[in-house]
Amino acid sequence: MTEPLLRLSGLTKAYPGVVANRDVSFDIARGEVHALLGENGAGKSTLVKTIYGLVKPDHGTMMLAGQPFAPADPHAARTAGVAMVFQHFSLFDAMNVAENIALGMENPPPQRAIAAQVRRVSDQYGLPLDPTRIVGELSAGERQRVEIIRCLLQDPKLLIMDEPTSVLTPQEVAILFETLRKLRAEGTAILYISHKLEEIRALCDTATVLRLGAVVGTCDPRVTSARDMAELMVGAVLQAPQKADRRAGDVVLTLQNLSARAPHRFGTALMDICLDVRKGEVLGIGGVAGNGQDELVAALSGELRTKAGMITYQGRQIGQMSPNARRRIGLLAAPEERMGHAAAPDMSLTENAVMTAMTRQALTSYGFVHWARARAFAQGVISTFDVRTPGPGTAARSLSGGNLQKFVIGREIMQNPDVLVVNQPTWGVDASAAAAIRQALLDLAAKGAAVICISQDLDELMEISDRFAALNEGRLSVPRPAKGLSVEEIGLMLGGAHDMEVARNGREAKGARDAQKSGVSHVDG
Amino acid sequence: MITLDKRPQPSRLWTIATPLLAVVLTMVCGGLLFAALGKNPVVTIRTIFLDPLFSEFAWYYRPQLLIKGAPLVLIAIGLSFGFRAGIWNIGAEGQYIVGAICGAAVGLAFYPVESALIFPLMVLAAALGGIAWGMIPGVLRVKFGTNEILVSLMLVYVAEQLLAAMALGRLRNPQGMGFPGSRNLAQYPSATSWINESAGMHWGIVAAFIAVIFAYIALSRHIFGFQVRLSGQSPRAARFAGVNPGLLVLVCMGISGGLAGLAGLFEVAGPAGQISIDFNAGYGFTAIIVAFLGRLHPVGILLAGGLMALTYIGGEIAQSNLGLPGAAIQLLQGMLLFFLLAVDLLTNYRVRLRKSEVA
Repeated sequence: MTEPLLRLSGLTKAYPGVVANRDVSFDIARGEVHALLGENGAGKSTLVKTIYGLVKPDHGTMMLAGQPFAPADPHAARTAGVAMVFQHFSLFDAMNVAENIALGMENPPPQRAIAAQVRRVSDQYGLPLDPTRIVGELSAGERQRVEIIRCLLQDPKLLIMDEPTSVLTPQEVAILFETLRKLRAEGTAILYISHKLEEIRALCDTATVLRLGAVVGTCDPRVTSARDMAELMVGAVLQAPQKADRRAGDVVLTLQNLSARAPHRFGTALMDICLDVRKGEVLGIGGVAGNGQDELVAALSGELRTKAGMITYQGRQIGQMSPNARRRIGLLAAPEERMGHAAAPDMSLTENAVMTAMTRQALTSYGFVHWARARAFAQGVISTFDVRTPGPGTAARSLSGGNLQKFVIGREIMQNPDVLVVNQPTWGVDASAAAAIRQALLDLAAKGAAVICISQDLDELMEISDRFAALNEGRLSVPRPAKGLSVEEIGLMLGGAHDMEVARNGREAKGARDAQKSGVSHVDG
Repeated sequence: MITLDKRPQPSRLWTIATPLLAVVLTMVCGGLLFAALGKNPVVTIRTIFLDPLFSEFAWYYRPQLLIKGAPLVLIAIGLSFGFRAGIWNIGAEGQYIVGAICGAAVGLAFYPVESALIFPLMVLAAALGGIAWGMIPGVLRVKFGTNEILVSLMLVYVAEQLLAAMALGRLRNPQGMGFPGSRNLAQYPSATSWINESAGMHWGIVAAFIAVIFAYIALSRHIFGFQVRLSGQSPRAARFAGVNPGLLVLVCMGISGGLAGLAGLFEVAGPAGQISIDFNAGYGFTAIIVAFLGRLHPVGILLAGGLMALTYIGGEIAQSNLGLPGAAIQLLQGMLLFFLLAVDLLTNYRVRLRKSEVA
């Protein structure tokens, strides 16, 4: 009988109005990949922040390797051997890999020593990474490797990973899993947080499920079905979205060699995108973040203007049209970033409704806003899409991510678009809300609208798309019927292949790509 | 240990209460400052804040309050649009000067003709002059991405030189025995902005009230005000909502420049009377404080303009009656802005005192 590496007993943490963790107890053994499952708001983040010393529990104790463990801050946790890779990377775009790693150290050795260490660790664990590259030029998968290597340099006993695969291609996921298995074989414990149940089944040894802050079950993911785990998480029987039988209609939107310069230094240029979108279809566009998704949405919403003929909508050339002119004729969009892009955090939901709905819902006359009408429209979105909020007067920032996402998507759907472009419609949204959003998108398509769904979640795309295309380095693959696509084919479409090369070759490939980029003509403005 | 918790929504109570708290804190710390200068703090604070309104000479000071407050309110209303949208026009002083020069030049060109059309023409010229001066930083920002803070501020000094050149050159009173300064517009019936000089009423006060009402309607009811607020809070969301950021910069610079120019005209054709080398008295800069003290809200700005005028008048009384140094008054005004910015935190954060947790 060996003692566990980390034992949590009775951890409780309450915030005003909500108990984030309620009497949470479980063990993590040495050399175990332990999954932590739960919907958004189930208390996963609070729990790992407690372990990482960012949050102090109200009650309960932790034991690390038999010793009482109560880290006062992340520094203390790191010293004790706990490392964490966050979902959002804390890297400086303008610095190179080695410099970024040095920034996280107490007494950084000289750059050359760090570079050598990075090379050694990256060889040892099969994580290709060149320490001299500028972080701003790295893919999301490579950035994550920087974070992982930063952790591995501390020789951790426990590595916490928060949603590590949400930004990776299937091939990158395979590389990551190889690394994690090597770590496990060396006796490092891994606490793995994810929504993606199939991954957990492939990787993890044990899973602890949280719901509303409390542990509701423990299972062996290797023998439990994904559906059973999902229902344990949600506490209800899941409804899979119903795909109504529908036939694609006429072409409503055509992109003809759509090209645009990168709007900022770390943006992506769009290159020769050609696409026909038909009424009544859901077109899924996959791809790793930073491959032109934001730019494509901006070009479609009108935030980024292109040559008029590059975008044709119902026979009209609209590349130069303003966002509101496009809304008037039925082309709506919902960008990825909720806070500060799709919604203004400090404004009320009513004001956020005015933001995009004023043209189609006639919320103004002679420039004067009909606040009563706007409030009614916002209330309609709230009740139709089950947005949990006290009312339309609430500030957008006080809503949880999932609720705000429901509001943002609902706001566009309630305007009856002919074409709706959504980017990451269910990012960070819990399972039941995500299902509701997907169903709403499918219903919209069933009514004859065209839906372009850009997402990094391949399961989601396969679930709702009729056709699938992939964005890679600002280029769009030829769309293919989604039915029957295999994971390998999707992976190749995503262009994950170039990421498989070791860093040295990657550098040359990058140079070649830059040369291509500079060949693009200037088209914005 | 003191901790700050972010409120889910800005507190409505504190939005109103913070300016009042700032005034109270300024009175307390100002009192300490005056005590350190060897003055009776209670008497000094009373002299500054109450005497202009309630002393036996209040009949004289009350009109002064209107005269001092009107340009502050008018300029601050104009600035508040830009400030809400994240467009930092610091050069209202320059736009005020150029507006005054343009308006006065039109009036002086007609001298000594009497016509009811002259004053409206002067108003128009002043507004256009202020707008033109404000457009310089605006256009430079939109076209070349320059920083409007620096450009508008530097243009103040250019405007001051222009003012001196005008007072000594083209606009100098031909019958002025060679002294610098223009003819006195206040004594030119068709050009003066006075309505009733003894009551302190001039057209600038009327204009200030009209500006407050228009700004209030624009910000709360009109889509333009909505776009201004949206641009300030979330520039990216504003672009998504269809706001043209360049156009917004130009419109906001135009509004603030135009209103500052008007304020300059009403001043030069009334209380100041003439274009002189030292015509500008810093209203354009003080209006920045007024705008923030009033929380960029039209009604707040009206009250803040009144308060600021009060400290000016009260400060002068304290200087002459109590021998308080002028710098102490400026310190008091600066303190007001500092306290306001500091207690502003309470609107968005909750301060909690709690026992330090065992580490």
